[in-house]
Amino acid sequence: MTVLAHDLAHDPAFPDPTLRDRGGPAQPLLSVTGLVKHFGGKRRWRGETKGAVRAVDGVDFAIAKGETLGIVGESGCGKSTTARLVMQIIPPDAGEIVFDGEEVGSRALDLTAYRREVQMVFQDSYASLNPRLTVEDTIAFGPRVHGTPRREATGRAHDLLARVGLEPGRFAGRYPHELSGGQRQRINIARALALQPRLVILDEAVSALDKSVEAQVLNLLLDLKAEFGLTYMFISHDLNVVRFMADRVMVMYLGKVAEVGPSDVILNNPSHPYTAALLASMPSMDPDNRTEEAPLYGDPPNPIDPPPGCRFHTRCRFTSAICANREPPLAAVAGPHAVACLMTQPGSGHPQAAASREVAA
Amino acid sequence: MTVLAEPAAETVRTASRLGRGYWAGVVRRLARDPVALVAAAIILTIVLAAIFAPWVAPADPYKSSMIRRLKPVGDAVYLLGSDELGRDMLSRLIYGGRLSLVMGVLPVFFAFVVGSMLGIMAGYAGGWLNTLVMRTVDVFYAFPSVLLAIALSGTLGAGILNAIVALTIVFVPQVTRVAESVTTQIRNRDYVEAARVSGARAPTIVRVHVLGNVLGPIFVYSTSLISVSMILASGLSFLGLGSKPPEPEWGLMLNTLRTAIYTQPMVAALPGVMIFITSISFNLLSDGLRSAMEVKA
Repeated sequence: MTVLAHDLAHDPAFPDPTLRDRGGPAQPLLSVTGLVKHFGGKRRWRGETKGAVRAVDGVDFAIAKGETLGIVGESGCGKSTTARLVMQIIPPDAGEIVFDGEEVGSRALDLTAYRREVQMVFQDSYASLNPRLTVEDTIAFGPRVHGTPRREATGRAHDLLARVGLEPGRFAGRYPHELSGGQRQRINIARALALQPRLVILDEAVSALDKSVEAQVLNLLLDLKAEFGLTYMFISHDLNVVRFMADRVMVMYLGKVAEVGPSDVILNNPSHPYTAALLASMPSMDPDNRTEEAPLYGDPPNPIDPPPGCRFHTRCRFTSAICANREPPLAAVAGPHAVACLMTQPGSGHPQAAASREVAA
Repeated sequence: MTVLAEPAAETVRTASRLGRGYWAGVVRRLARDPVALVAAAIILTIVLAAIFAPWVAPADPYKSSMIRRLKPVGDAVYLLGSDELGRDMLSRLIYGGRLSLVMGVLPVFFAFVVGSMLGIMAGYAGGWLNTLVMRTVDVFYAFPSVLLAIALSGTLGAGILNAIVALTIVFVPQVTRVAESVTTQIRNRDYVEAARVSGARAPTIVRVHVLGNVLGPIFVYSTSLISVSMILASGLSFLGLGSKPPEPEWGLMLNTLRTAIYTQPMVAALPGVMIFITSISFNLLSDGLRSAMEVKA
């Protein structure tokens, strides 16, 4: 695969990703603050909109260069909306997205330039491929849009096909309906990589695949990450997959961040009751350790009218009176580990919380 | 054995020539649909006869004979009888196909071009542009198409050109509506989003990712309008708003022959039979095309 690296290095339209680094290693590749997206709802004459789905309701996070941030949560918690907002497929209502020190949409980093840096792989491998385009045309489309001549774009498509494990001679001229789900998802990954991005958003990219194929694609993703120096934003509902892939994990609940931290901490020793419940709901391989009692009851509350205070208090087993009144901020508990739960915050008034900061310290 | 071997070799050759593309599949499936094939054959026959009318027609369609009026079908001189002025029906039917086909195909073609552009634009852009285009289209929808065609034709004045313009205006809203609805569906597919994510602009996305997936359904719908167009055009001619005598045109012939309906009902019905056969063939062909295209979307 030195061939590919060589090719790309000599394409003036696609400088080496490492040369595109602006902020240095300490600067997060992506940092998101106060991201908000509400869908629908009647816009009142003045003031707030009523009846809107609060899909993403104030989300902050950062992704360091070269790391994989796993995002987990139930259906409807805002994982995919967050991905689409970061990808700028839908415009956010509020919030700031900073990519490697430059604000997205600013003069220094307009949308076209940003889209070369960030690419996305969708969940539905079939729906995300145009049925009328051959595999090579699909992969070459992005570079062509950015001005690479047809022959070079096709050459890069062939290189990438080989790199994702599909023999170009056999697959370049095929149509999506002639491929299996795993092969299609490899094409989607190749398409995303064709623009030489630095951040790849994987929105449930392996969730629709068979377990055996899923494992192959996950290994491919790890290989590609090492080879191209990629950073992943990995969205999944499968905690085992996240454990395998992610360096850090962010747990979302009803449009907000519940907990974020290093994956071994989050997945082994969670602080937020919701994370604990998610982990407890994972089926165990050990028959003596089966889940006897459902850790969580019911569906998440309606995001049109989220509960006051802590959004999880309606389903939380540790809930107390204060939870319905006070919204817990996302606060650090130990180093990079941050939790949005009053129990972990000294002096919050929750019976389980330490009485005051002094006691906690 | 040689008899058996031959078709197999033929199939192999056809398959390799057609390749594996989407349209090749459509052609292959269409070729297995006997109804569509028969309809296509009938249309081809009528079209060829119309184009080569001077060589095909047995007599001059304008030459009248006062003593040989309204001969029955199967007459020694006139194979399909003669009309109220003693002109050869067969020749007039063959020549009449020229105008009738033009009146059937041209308005639909223009409507296909204009309606597709409007509909794809409205469907892809969405928002106020969609509202503007689609509500304007709805205004035209409020009138029954026959009435609208007659009113427009009447306003523009009699004549073939005006009839084509009128019919085009009648069909544009219908094509636009179909184009808008399929484009709206395609617009929300992941691959269009992926194209947007790759930084492509709207015209490029429409050209590469939308057109190919949208033109097929619009085209199929449009072919089903050809029969309607022929019938409406015949109606306009019947009312004296389309072509003028002595020009042979099926609708006009139906009009002038209606006085003979009691003396020579078979002859009087012939132009109607032609309109019926042609329009039902177009309908069956578009049906076949629709099902041939439905397999992979």
